[in-house]
Amino acid sequence: MATVHLRAVSKSYASGASGTTRAVESVDLAIADGEFVVLVGPSGCGKSTTLRMIAGLEDVSGGTISIGECVVNDVAPKDRDIAMVFQNYALYPHLNVRQNLSFGLERRRAFKSCWRGLFDSAYRSKRAGERAAITARVEAAARTLGIEQLLHRQPRELSGGQRQRVAVGRALVRDPAVFLFDEPLSNLDALLRTEMRTELRILHRRLRATMVYVTHDQEEAMSLADRIVVMKDGVVQQVGSPAEIYGRPSNRFVAGFIGTPPMNMIDGTITLDADSTLTFRSACCTLTLPPGRFDLDGLSRGHERPVTLGIRPERLSPAVGESNVSAHANVTGRVVAVERYGASADVVLSASGIRLIARASQECTTQIREGENATMTVDVNAAHLFDSHTGCALARAIRAPNR
Amino acid sequence: MNRATSRVVQYTLLVGGALIMLAPLWWMFVVSLQTPERAAAAVGGTGGVALWPASPQWMNYPQALREMGSVQWQGFLNAFANSIVVTTLVVIGTVLSSSLVGFAFARIRFRGSRALFIIMLGTMMLPGQVTLIPLFILFRHLGWIDSLLPLIVPAFFGNAFFIFMYRQFIAQIPESLVEAAKVDGHSLVAIWWKIILPLCKPVTAICAVFTFIYVWNDFMGPLVYLHSDEQATLAVALNSFRNQYGGLEDVHLLMAASLVTMVPCIVLFVAAQRQFIEGLARGGVKG
Repeated sequence: MATVHLRAVSKSYASGASGTTRAVESVDLAIADGEFVVLVGPSGCGKSTTLRMIAGLEDVSGGTISIGECVVNDVAPKDRDIAMVFQNYALYPHLNVRQNLSFGLERRRAFKSCWRGLFDSAYRSKRAGERAAITARVEAAARTLGIEQLLHRQPRELSGGQRQRVAVGRALVRDPAVFLFDEPLSNLDALLRTEMRTELRILHRRLRATMVYVTHDQEEAMSLADRIVVMKDGVVQQVGSPAEIYGRPSNRFVAGFIGTPPMNMIDGTITLDADSTLTFRSACCTLTLPPGRFDLDGLSRGHERPVTLGIRPERLSPAVGESNVSAHANVTGRVVAVERYGASADVVLSASGIRLIARASQECTTQIREGENATMTVDVNAAHLFDSHTGCALARAIRAPNR
Repeated sequence: MNRATSRVVQYTLLVGGALIMLAPLWWMFVVSLQTPERAAAAVGGTGGVALWPASPQWMNYPQALREMGSVQWQGFLNAFANSIVVTTLVVIGTVLSSSLVGFAFARIRFRGSRALFIIMLGTMMLPGQVTLIPLFILFRHLGWIDSLLPLIVPAFFGNAFFIFMYRQFIAQIPESLVEAAKVDGHSLVAIWWKIILPLCKPVTAICAVFTFIYVWNDFMGPLVYLHSDEQATLAVALNSFRNQYGGLEDVHLLMAASLVTMVPCIVLFVAAQRQFIEGLARGGVKG
C-alpha cells in the first residue's frame, strides 16, 4: 500500500534530426493510498507513457515521481514495489501457469544458491521453507482468481480470459504497493470485458490496494475508477470522480470524450437580455437558460458572446410532431434515425443541419418514426456552456483540475 | 500433367539429385573397403569404378584408427578427445555469447548501438584468411600457440552471423515479456538466461548444429595453431595418412578414417533434424 505522487512530470522524445516530441507535459497528480485511479484519453494522449514512467519502464524527462515517501525517478522497476498487467498479458510462453505466477517471487534464487544448497543443510531447509511459502502464495492467488485448475497448463492452452486472469494473478502474488494496469482488457471480447471489469472492481475492494489503470475506453474508466484523469495530447484535462467528470466537465474535450453517445454540441451565441434572462441562440434553436449557473463575467447586457452549448443525450426528451410546450426549450427537426436497444432508444434528429442525439426509454419513443418531424425538449438546467475559442467550461465554481 | 505424372517427375528429380550427392560418399565407402593396391588404382584412375569391392576388407577400419598419428591408437584417441573438447566448448561459447550480444542489440537501447551493429555486420565481410596472420601473432604473444585455446576462446566473443540471427529472432519476441520480467524483479542477465534463451530454441539449434559441423570439420584453424601430435584434432590427424611429400600412401585407410570422422556430424544432424529445419525455415521467413 502506498501513495503515488507525480510532480510536474513530463516526457519528451528526440524526434528526427532535431527537436523533441513532448509526449507528456507537466502532469501533477496525487494518488491516495488504496485509490483506484484511471487514466483515460484517446490514443497518443500520453496515458500509457505516464503509467510506464510510474513503472520505471520509461525515463522521466522532467519532474519527480514518488511512491510512498521515496522519489523513484532513478530507481529500477524491480525496486519500486510495483506490479504491472500488460495489454498483451506478457505471459512467459515457456512456463506453465504456476511457474508464471511464481516467477516474480523466485528472483532471489541466484546461480550461486544452487551450489550453496549442496553443502549447507541449514540453507537448504531455509530454501525449502521459502519454496513452501511461494507455493502457498501462488495457490492463494489462484484461488482468488478461480484459476486453481489451470496451474499446470501452458499459456498457449488458455483462452483470452484465462490468460488475463493469470496476468492479474502474477501481479497479485507479488502483493505490491501499487498495481499498474496498461489497457488490460482491450484484447478481450465485449462480454468478457464487462465481466472482468466487475471482477477487478471487486478485487480492488477486497485488497484496498493502490491501483493505476490506463484505458482508452471511457465506459471502463467510469465504471472502475474512484477518480478519473482525462488526458489529451500529453496534458491532463481534468481530474475528478466519475460523477464530477460526467456532471461538470471542465472543457469541451472532456465533455465530448466521456459518455456514450457523446454530448451534443451546438455552436451559437449567448446574450444577457435587458430583463436579465440568458438567451442562447443558434441556427436550430433559441433557448432560455437559467441564470446563475454560468460564469459569464464580462458579458454586459445586450452584448453577444460566441459559445458552444453542450447537452447530454439523456437530457433531451423527444416527442412526435411539433410540440409547443415551451418554445424556449425546444428543438424541432427531422428524425434521421432511431436506434433501439430494447430498454432504451437513441433518436437522431437533424435540425437546420445540426445533428442531435437523444436517449430515451423505449416507451417514450414508440411513436417516433424515421423521416418524420419530431421535437426535443432540452432540459436547460442540465445544459453546459463552453467558450468557443478556448473550449473551457463556463460553469460557476468548477473544481480546480488538480487536487 | 496429371498428379501421378507430376509425382513421378518429382521423385525422379529428387532421387536423381540424391544419388548425385551421395555418389562421392559411396565411392569413399567402397574405396575404404578395398585392398591397398585396388584402392590406389581407384584413386589413380586406373582401377575403374566399382559399385562394391570384390573382397571387402572390414579390418581396414580398426587399422585406420590404429595407425592415425604417430603412436598406435593413441593418435586417434587423442585427436578424438581434442575434437570433442574443442567442438563442445566452441558450441557452448558461441551460443552463449551470440545470444547475449543479440539480446543486447535487440532489446537494450544504448548510444551507438546502431553503429556497433553495422560494424559487427561488417566483420562478416572479412574473409578468415585476412585476419589469420594478425590473429596468429596475437596468440603467439599470449603464448597460446600449440594449445587448444586459440580455437576455443574466440568463440566466447560471439560470431557475427549468429549474433545477427539471434538479434532478428529476439526482436520478434514481444518487448512486454522483457518488461514484465523487469517489473517482476529480474536483472537483464537473468531475463536473458530465464526467458530469452529458452524462447530462442530454434535459433540455438541452428547455431549449435552449424557451429558443430564447422568446428568438427575445421582444418585450417587447427593446422595453423597446433603443431604437436598430442594437440591435433581429428581433421588434422587425418592428414597423417599423407606422406611427407604430400602424396597418398594408404588411401584406403584415409577413406576409412574420414568416414569414421563424419559419423558424429551425421548422427547430430539426424538427431537435430526437426529443430534444425524448422529453425532454418523460420530464420528464412523472419530473418
